[in-house]
Amino acid sequence: MKKLLKTLMMVAALAGGIGGFAVVPANALVEIDVNKGTIEPLPIAITDFLAGDALGAEISSIVTADLKRSGLFAPIDKGAFIEKISNPDVAPRFDDWKVINAQALVTGRVSKEADGRVRAEYRLWDTFAGQQLSGEQFFANDTNTRRVAHIIADAIYERLTGEKGYFDTRVVYIDESGAKNARKKRLAIMDQDGANARFLSDGKSIVLTPRFSPNRQEITYMSYESGQPRVYLLQIETGQRELVGNFPGMTFAPRFSPDGQKVIMSLLRDDGNSNIFAMDLRSRNTTRLTNSTAIDTSPSYSPDGSKVVFTSDRGGRAQIYIMGADGSGQNRISFGDGVYSTPVWSPRGDLIAFTKQSGGEFQIGVMRTDGSGERILSSGFQQEGPTWAPNGRVLMFFRDAAGGGGPRLFSIDLTGRNEQPIPTANFGSDPAWSPLLE
Amino acid sequence: MRRIARLAANPVMIALFASLVIAGCASKKTPNSAADLGLGGAGAGTPGSAQDFTVNIGDRIFFDTDSTSIRADAQQTLARQAQWLNKYSQYSVVVEGHADERGTREYNLALGARRAAATRDYLAGQGVNAGRIKTISYGKERPVAVCDDISCWSQNRRAVTTLGGAGS
Repeated sequence: MKKLLKTLMMVAALAGGIGGFAVVPANALVEIDVNKGTIEPLPIAITDFLAGDALGAEISSIVTADLKRSGLFAPIDKGAFIEKISNPDVAPRFDDWKVINAQALVTGRVSKEADGRVRAEYRLWDTFAGQQLSGEQFFANDTNTRRVAHIIADAIYERLTGEKGYFDTRVVYIDESGAKNARKKRLAIMDQDGANARFLSDGKSIVLTPRFSPNRQEITYMSYESGQPRVYLLQIETGQRELVGNFPGMTFAPRFSPDGQKVIMSLLRDDGNSNIFAMDLRSRNTTRLTNSTAIDTSPSYSPDGSKVVFTSDRGGRAQIYIMGADGSGQNRISFGDGVYSTPVWSPRGDLIAFTKQSGGEFQIGVMRTDGSGERILSSGFQQEGPTWAPNGRVLMFFRDAAGGGGPRLFSIDLTGRNEQPIPTANFGSDPAWSPLLE
Repeated sequence: MRRIARLAANPVMIALFASLVIAGCASKKTPNSAADLGLGGAGAGTPGSAQDFTVNIGDRIFFDTDSTSIRADAQQTLARQAQWLNKYSQYSVVVEGHADERGTREYNLALGARRAAATRDYLAGQGVNAGRIKTISYGKERPVAVCDDISCWSQNRRAVTTLGGAGS
């Protein structure tokens, strides 16, 4: 992947005057305020990219699907378009787009370079201000055209919302198949929209809870392959696996530190309780962070690495606690009516996502890091395991509907109003979002 | 709009769920041994065999929701297991701890481990050498009963004593 990443680089911004048409700096142009309580999706027209083949329409449809699923954009049906873009280098007829209420317009072109690479360029227009908002071109090797589309979608998202995008990302998850009492579980990875799924394990052993490294093509996960359930590292591209530490009992619930240098996880004690340890991947030194006769699990670092949020039932039932990254100052932060688990710190640092069991249902919610401001985003018969998109505005989780046969993946944004199924070939669980690809 | 639709759908789901629970309770009883699960008839198996242990002694105990306490009925089963294991000391055992699906995956791995340890400790308290007993947790990953209601959940909250070398 590393090699592939390097071949995909942004080259030049297509700024500057085009056809006697000046680019104006962004001010008071079309934009989306993602912090408003209710967001009216922005009407946007995304034209087929000019191309000698079907690739132009494909790029356009991937960009359209990404923006639509975000809930912040309302792509306009192509059937309504009046102007047919024949040269994306010249300004469009803005009146033709205003009349169908396209507040933003995307045009572009895809072509093959002599060396076989794909060149894709786009321009984003503000139709009512009558100006270009951004324009860039990207190169990719031709096995990688979907990524070009995701990168373009991210650029449009970022330009119009002021937030980083999250479309050029992947998700590692557990592919589940077979009957519930004989379920085969395999590590799998896919693009965030469900495309390009492939397996990373053979299904012979139970594997659970994969999590992405923040800065390497590597995951940490738990596997039963040695007989005892233990935490492993897996290099995604080489398939190389490695046991994390050499502990006598079960290790589980792993996550990376924000610098990627540590794995924090639970270790089973001989008395049947579980405590939290961190292991430095270079020195192999382990640090005990909790020492309670309770279940302490599901640790997750704050993005600055200074704190850890975790689940503990030391107070009777499972609740959410925060401590310093050295184990100091362990304090409970969840006090709502129910059982709380799987806390995950937002990459922005402002919120903690969690699973809550209350009133016979499972809920996905968020709270501030002091436990205040709890908001439930989604409720269902059985659902758990939130993971954050790298921009901290969208969560993915898995849900097992009663009678549904097995778990499926869903995303939901922080408003709780935009829930989207993530297509997977089989059942899916334990999603973990990658950082933005490089 | 979406929120309204979901709220409207909820009463239906709750009603459906309630009827499943009632149907489940009326039609099923919690099994106490492998025999109840159809794994063999009473009296099957040569004394001292794995089948004898599973069928006549009872290889599993059940737990209350989110609990690791050994219930009175489970104490009787474990007393029989201990007596049998003390008599047939050639066996080592693995105690598998399991949870129902009404918890999160990671928490249930820990809960299953705690159930396995509680079972191990009880057997050790009955004179079985703790060195013969290994434990493993499967969390909620290996349910034996697969319906979506309490009649299945109560069967899945279990600790199963499996004989080493004799398979499970």
